[in-house]
Amino acid sequence: MKRQIPLLIAMIAGFVMIVAYFIPYTVSWGDTVIVWFDVLAAIAFVLGGGNLLKVHLKKTSDQVPGWGYSVITIVAFVIMLVIGLGKIGVNPAAKYPEFAWSGKFSEMGSPFWWLYEYVFKPLQATIFSMLAFYVASAAFRAFRAKNIEAILLLATAFIILLGRTAAGPALTGWFPDAIEGLEADKLTSYLMTVFNTAGNRAIMIGIALGTASVSLKILLGVERSYLGSGEE
Amino acid sequence: MIEFLKNLDRRWIFLLMLLSVAIPILLQTQFEETPSKLSIAVFDQLEKLEEGDKILLAFDFDPGSEGELGPMATTFVRHCCEKKLKMYFMALWPVGEQMIVDNIARVIKADFPELVYGTDYMNLGFKAGNEGVIKVVLTDMRQLYTTDAEGTAIDEIPMMQGVDNIKAMDLMINISAGYPGTKEWVQYAVTRYPDKITLVAGCTGVQAPLLYPYIPQQLPGLLAAIKGAAEYEKLVMDKYGKRDADGNMDEEGKYFEGRRRMGPQLVAHVLMVLLIVVGNLIFFAERRREKRQ
Repeated sequence: MKRQIPLLIAMIAGFVMIVAYFIPYTVSWGDTVIVWFDVLAAIAFVLGGGNLLKVHLKKTSDQVPGWGYSVITIVAFVIMLVIGLGKIGVNPAAKYPEFAWSGKFSEMGSPFWWLYEYVFKPLQATIFSMLAFYVASAAFRAFRAKNIEAILLLATAFIILLGRTAAGPALTGWFPDAIEGLEADKLTSYLMTVFNTAGNRAIMIGIALGTASVSLKILLGVERSYLGSGEE
Repeated sequence: MIEFLKNLDRRWIFLLMLLSVAIPILLQTQFEETPSKLSIAVFDQLEKLEEGDKILLAFDFDPGSEGELGPMATTFVRHCCEKKLKMYFMALWPVGEQMIVDNIARVIKADFPELVYGTDYMNLGFKAGNEGVIKVVLTDMRQLYTTDAEGTAIDEIPMMQGVDNIKAMDLMINISAGYPGTKEWVQYAVTRYPDKITLVAGCTGVQAPLLYPYIPQQLPGLLAAIKGAAEYEKLVMDKYGKRDADGNMDEEGKYFEGRRRMGPQLVAHVLMVLLIVVGNLIFFAERRREKRQ
């Protein structure tokens, strides 16, 4: 039963969605399935939170290498959760002044807002911006013209890197009209709209066919790996 | 020399990258931007709209990509305000709602205080469910959105009268940092109703190549990364920016962020090219030495 019921739910939901796409009368059936999906997606946040706690508490109790990071994760998670759910420091909404919890958790100036603005936001931006440093280091050490494919990749990278800034037009803007198409910005546009588009479309069609085939296998109950191994 | 470069500590490269980004920021270096066809297409789609037309702005990004997408979000909101469009904000990313709140404060409340919440703009906030949300808002928004982000009942909001689903929108803008984002909006909304939904988008640099296949039928315009933002910003500010008596742009810095960020990008890109060249010179020099031996 533990496997059959989820399998049945997946089959019914999947077939309803297919039918709803092609038969206008059944569109509302598809909408109902989707609303259920959205409700489940919201519940998944709770499950995700629970799972995060479980994993990191176990790492901490087992004192596996790097368990200190797990402690930080748990502490950060609990602080944000308590402050957010408890609406600590939030003023009541103007519409319902008699209800202490009617204010918005992210109200400007509240502790949650402060944590978001001065901890979460700079941390996330920092992580993202660190990419530039690692990409620069990798470019210096690994981007080698070892064979024809690598040379093509290098040439494309040069054109795109220069063509996507004012350096491209500045370096190649003097090209005579006869070879105007070789200017870095124009070449960049050509590479993106012709080579990139053609390649990506081919990949997308391949993925779409693969997805359709796997989806059919899931709907027919042939593919069951998404249900997990069944072992605890 | 070759040996020195070969064994160069990567911290020197980090330092070079830091300087290449920091110096143009400190010097406020700016370069002239020539708008591309795609940026002009985005601008034209908004220009075609009339006062009072409805526009959906889906902010599907977070602080991690704010550096790249923030300037275009700000300019989009400014452009909509200038055109006096009715703006409906929503987000498929949990922190997207905060991006909406930031832009409402930065642009609408700061520069267009005459616009009224619920009449000229509204925030539907974040809903979990990724493409599931897109599928539902295509047919019946009220199934998911019973209130706006502030908790006001949807039916009490004047600009929601007569809006049952997003097919009522005259244009849709999506600012996307990944999944769910522009790709899902194209696949689930535009592809389903190509005659009723028009979508233009702004995206991060890594996403742009994946979105080109949808241009132009499913995606008439695309702002790719900070370059796209800078081009669009120029188009909007050239038309709507206020100028002083000498003809200089007389605006706050927030509407120059895209162009300002192109300075560090240019120097960083040139540094990358130089690093690749030097790296390959070392590689070929080593190979020649090995052959000789």
